[in-house]
Amino acid sequence: MSDPYTLRVNGADCEVADADIAESLLFVLRERLGLTGTKNACTEGECSSCAVLVDGVLTCSCLVLAAAAAGTEITTVEGLGDGRGGLSAVQEAFVQEGAVQCGFCTPGLIVAVHDLLEADPDPSDGDIREALSGNLCRCTGYGRILAAVHSAAAAKQRRP
Amino acid sequence: MSDVVVARNLDDALSALSDRPGATVLAGGTDLMVEINRGLRRPRQVVAVAQVPELRQWSVAGNRVVLGGGVTYTEMMAAPLAEAAPALAQAARTVGSPPIRNAGTLGGNLGTASPAGDTLPVLAALNAEVVAAGPDGERRMGLDEFVVGVKQTALRPGELIVRVEMDRPRGRQEFLKIGPRNAMVISMAGLALVADRDGRAVRCALGAVAAGIPRATQAEAWVAERIDWDNGAEVEDAVADEFGSRVAAASSPIDDHRSTAAYRRHAVAVLAARALKRAFAQGGADDV
Repeated sequence: MSDPYTLRVNGADCEVADADIAESLLFVLRERLGLTGTKNACTEGECSSCAVLVDGVLTCSCLVLAAAAAGTEITTVEGLGDGRGGLSAVQEAFVQEGAVQCGFCTPGLIVAVHDLLEADPDPSDGDIREALSGNLCRCTGYGRILAAVHSAAAAKQRRP
Repeated sequence: MSDVVVARNLDDALSALSDRPGATVLAGGTDLMVEINRGLRRPRQVVAVAQVPELRQWSVAGNRVVLGGGVTYTEMMAAPLAEAAPALAQAARTVGSPPIRNAGTLGGNLGTASPAGDTLPVLAALNAEVVAAGPDGERRMGLDEFVVGVKQTALRPGELIVRVEMDRPRGRQEFLKIGPRNAMVISMAGLALVADRDGRAVRCALGAVAAGIPRATQAEAWVAERIDWDNGAEVEDAVADEFGSRVAAASSPIDDHRSTAAYRRHAVAVLAARALKRAFAQGGADDV
């Protein structure tokens, strides 16, 4: 057992009690806090389905010891909308471009693309491939994901 | 006593470790959490050091570069640190993916001490010293003293890797690595080569082809006599190829699930020749 700790997730303080010492942030987000947008696949950092932002830094939540994330600001895919209950420009672009097939990798990709466009508002194909090199999608072939990133970048530049 | 300590400064981290000598140190989590998630490892106590600001610092002092143990791969890749230790930046660039590089640290790569740890050949070629702090103060170890076997280090209970000090010689640096794709790859063979123009030396170290991180010292000495240090002429192909064969002789690879010993030995020879050609290409004497 670890001592109770508090995680700050999407702007809210969340108490975690009676937790096992070995729980990952991914496990706690999904199983204790009910935030199931963050997906659980490889649990070894290979696929980025579980990507979140920790203090604004793109992170695989499966590789974070949950108790050690106390004191950080965690943003999950649930915290990335437009702030009024609607979709972000990135989410909207994924819908419009059909960049989703089974959808399992999509939340991790959405988080990674938010992170990319924050740092680089107009990335090249090469920049996008590099930024998303850790996000594995086994359905789409990535073509429509690339299109969605370009489309989201253009949309953000129209209405920043 | 709390089983998970999230240290906020170096003193906290060291005193937490001193109180819990059996505790597991957690840095970026990219190795440790994989083992925990698979149930292969179950720490009783954890001291997390990712939020220790002192470990994130680095500096360049004269001809030495000093990196805190918590410097991440992403930080190693970015200027101006990338300019002070170019081969380290090249090695960092080959690790995992952006989120892995955001989390993984130099101290973590050392603590894991895998033969395939991508920064380790660079540290060996730059004559790095690992500085560990513990209950009895600080002690310094050369890389060959620190890495004592496959995933085995000389770190004692209660000790923490606080920083790594390495040379900053005048000359080009190369890191090369073989793997099946350009991301998320654990090295099948890796090589770092450093030209030291003032010392008239070539230093070359190997990853993923031995139990430790061997330096190809005989090949280094052989090639140093065949470099045109004064005029900066390019290295001849025959010299580069012979250097490659001699570097490969310093490897002792095995067959495993990632590659075969024969392929690794061949790859090391190719990488060594290529790195040498690049380090001593036209203009190499002038541009650093």
